[in-house]
Amino acid sequence: MSEFVALMQSGFMQRALLAAFFTGLAVPAVGTYLVQRRMSLMGDGLGHVAVTGVAIGLVTSTAPTWTAVVAAVLGAIAIELIRERGLSGGDVALALLFYGGLAGGIFVANLGGESTSSLNQYLFGSIVSITPSDVLVTMVMGVVLVILCVGLAPQLFAVAHDHEFAKVAGLNVRFYNLLVAVLAAVSVTVAMRTVGLLLVSALMVIPVAAAQQVTSSFRRTLAMSMGVGMTAAVGGLLLAAAASYRADVAPGASIVLVSLVIFLVAWPVGALMRRRTRRLLPFTDDAPSGQAASTHHVHVHGAHCGHEAVPHGDHVDYLHDGHRHAPHGEHYDEH
Amino acid sequence: MLSRSSSDDDVPVRLTNVSVSIEGRPVVRGVDLQITTGEFVALMGANGSGKSTLVRAMTGLRPVARGSVRLFGTEIGHFHDWQRVGFVPQRSGAGSGVPASVWEVVSSGRLTHRRPFLPMSHKDRDLVTRAIEIVGLSGEKRAAVSNLSGGQQQRVLIARSLAGQPDLLFLDEPTAGVDMPNQQVLADTLATLSDRGVTIVLVAHELGPLAPLIDRSVVLRDGRVVHDGEPLAEAQVHHPDLGLGHAHHPPQSPALDHVPHVAGPFETPDPDEEVR
Repeated sequence: MSEFVALMQSGFMQRALLAAFFTGLAVPAVGTYLVQRRMSLMGDGLGHVAVTGVAIGLVTSTAPTWTAVVAAVLGAIAIELIRERGLSGGDVALALLFYGGLAGGIFVANLGGESTSSLNQYLFGSIVSITPSDVLVTMVMGVVLVILCVGLAPQLFAVAHDHEFAKVAGLNVRFYNLLVAVLAAVSVTVAMRTVGLLLVSALMVIPVAAAQQVTSSFRRTLAMSMGVGMTAAVGGLLLAAAASYRADVAPGASIVLVSLVIFLVAWPVGALMRRRTRRLLPFTDDAPSGQAASTHHVHVHGAHCGHEAVPHGDHVDYLHDGHRHAPHGEHYDEH
Repeated sequence: MLSRSSSDDDVPVRLTNVSVSIEGRPVVRGVDLQITTGEFVALMGANGSGKSTLVRAMTGLRPVARGSVRLFGTEIGHFHDWQRVGFVPQRSGAGSGVPASVWEVVSSGRLTHRRPFLPMSHKDRDLVTRAIEIVGLSGEKRAAVSNLSGGQQQRVLIARSLAGQPDLLFLDEPTAGVDMPNQQVLADTLATLSDRGVTIVLVAHELGPLAPLIDRSVVLRDGRVVHDGEPLAEAQVHHPDLGLGHAHHPPQSPALDHVPHVAGPFETPDPDEEVR
C-alpha cells in the first residue's frame, strides 16, 4: 500500500493524472457532437491520419504533437468537405484517406530510419512518459476544447440537429461544421498521449454512449459524458498503476475498459427506463396489418365525430363499422 | 437606397420570374408572386408540383436558376435580417444520435437573437416557455423529442419557430401525417399568429382545419402557377380542370374521396358533423 502511495507521489504519476483528467473531460465533449452527427468513427479515421503527422514529426525531429495536429486538422477538413458534398463515393474516399494516413505514417517513419516501435508510444499511448511541457499543452488544449464545446453548445446543437432550420436562422452552418471537424482533430491529438491513436475513438464515443442511455436531453448527455470520460481516464490510470506491480498494463487499454464497464452498467438501467416510457405510449409494437384505402368518407374524424378514437403509434385511428380508419393524405386507410 | 421605393420594404416576399432546377430538371418555371404583409397564403398542388421547392427557394435553401427572390425588399443573397423569418421544415424521420429534449429544440428558435457564448436571457427563457405553452406541450418540456408522437414532434417544430418571433413564417407540409386533434392545435396556433399580423406561407397537400384561415391559394402544377387568388377548397384544387392528379390512387379510379358528400347505404350521418 505504501508503495502505491509512493507511486502516486512521484512526479511522472502526478503529471499522468493531470493529463488523464483533462483528456477525459475534453475528448468526450467533442465526441458528443460526433455521435449526434452519427459520425462516431470519425475519431478513428482522424487517428489514422494523425499517424502520418507523427511520423513526419519523428523523422524531421519536430515535436510530433504539432505535426499530428496539422495532419489531423487537414484530414478533418477534407472529410468534412467530402461529407458536405454528399458524394456517393464518399465513404470510399474516407477509407482511402484513413488507410493512406496509416500506411503513409509507417512508410515515412521507416524511410527516416525510425523503427516502427518508436511509433508505438503514439499508437498505444504513453501517458507515464509525458513531459511537463506536454502536460501543459494537454491542459491548455483540453480547456480550449471544453470552452468551445460548452460555450457554443446551442449553435453546434442546432446545426447538427436540423441544418436547414439553422441555415434559415442565419447561422453559418459550414463554419460550425468545419469547427466540429477541427475540434475532433485537436482532441484526437490531445488523446494521443493518453490512450493512443488506435483507441482515441473509444474515449470519444463510449462515454457518450453510456451517458445517453440514461438521459433525455442533449446538455445532460454532454455533461454526463464528460463526467464519465474523466472518471474512466483517471480510474483507468489508477487501475493500471495498481496492476503495475504484477504486470505491465498499458493505461490506454485500462482507460477504455473502465469506460466500457461504465457503459455496461448504464445500459440495463437505461433499457429499463426506456421500457417504462414506452409502456406509456400505446401500440408502439403493433404494426398495421394492412392498408386498404377507404374509398369514400363523409366527414373528418376528430375529437367530436362520435367514432371511438384509438391512439396508434404516431397518429389516431377511429373505430368505424368494426374497423379502424387512419387519416392518410386525402383519405383514410383501413388499419 | 436612392432608387428603391419605400413600399418595397414592406413586401415580405416578392418573386420575379423565378425558375429552379434540381439536377438539371426544371422544377419551378417562371413564377411571379408577391405576398403582402399579414397575408396567409397556401401553396397547394399535387406531389411533385414544385410547391416545396418554391418554399425552399424563398428561404434560400435552394438556389434559383433564374429570376429574383426578395425578402422584405432585399435580394435574398444579401438578406441578413433572418430574425424576421421563421421556417418549419418537413418533419424528418431520422433522429439524431444523441437525445434532445423539447426545451432544447424549442430554445434553438432563439438563436437568431442570441450571441455566442452568452447564456439565455430572461426574455429568451420566457419566450421559449410561452411557445411550448401555445402548442400545448408544457407537460412534455423535459421529454426527449424522439419519444413523442409524430403530431407532437410537429408541434415542437412549430414552437421552435414561434420562439423566434418571426414576421414571416414558412411552413412546409405541417399537417402531413398529423392526426386531427394535433392539426386542430396547429390551426389554433397559426390563427393566433395570423391575428398578430404575421405573414404566413404554408405548403400543404391537404388543408383540413387550416382551411378557414387561408386568405389566398396559390396552386402549382408542373412548376407553374395555375391559380392565384381566392382560397380554394380541396376538391377544387384537385379538380381535373386544374389538371391535378391524385398520387395515391391508380389512374382508373376517379378521385371519389374528394366528392363533397357521398353517404354509404348503412351510414347515418350525424347532422352536427362537419361535412366536407
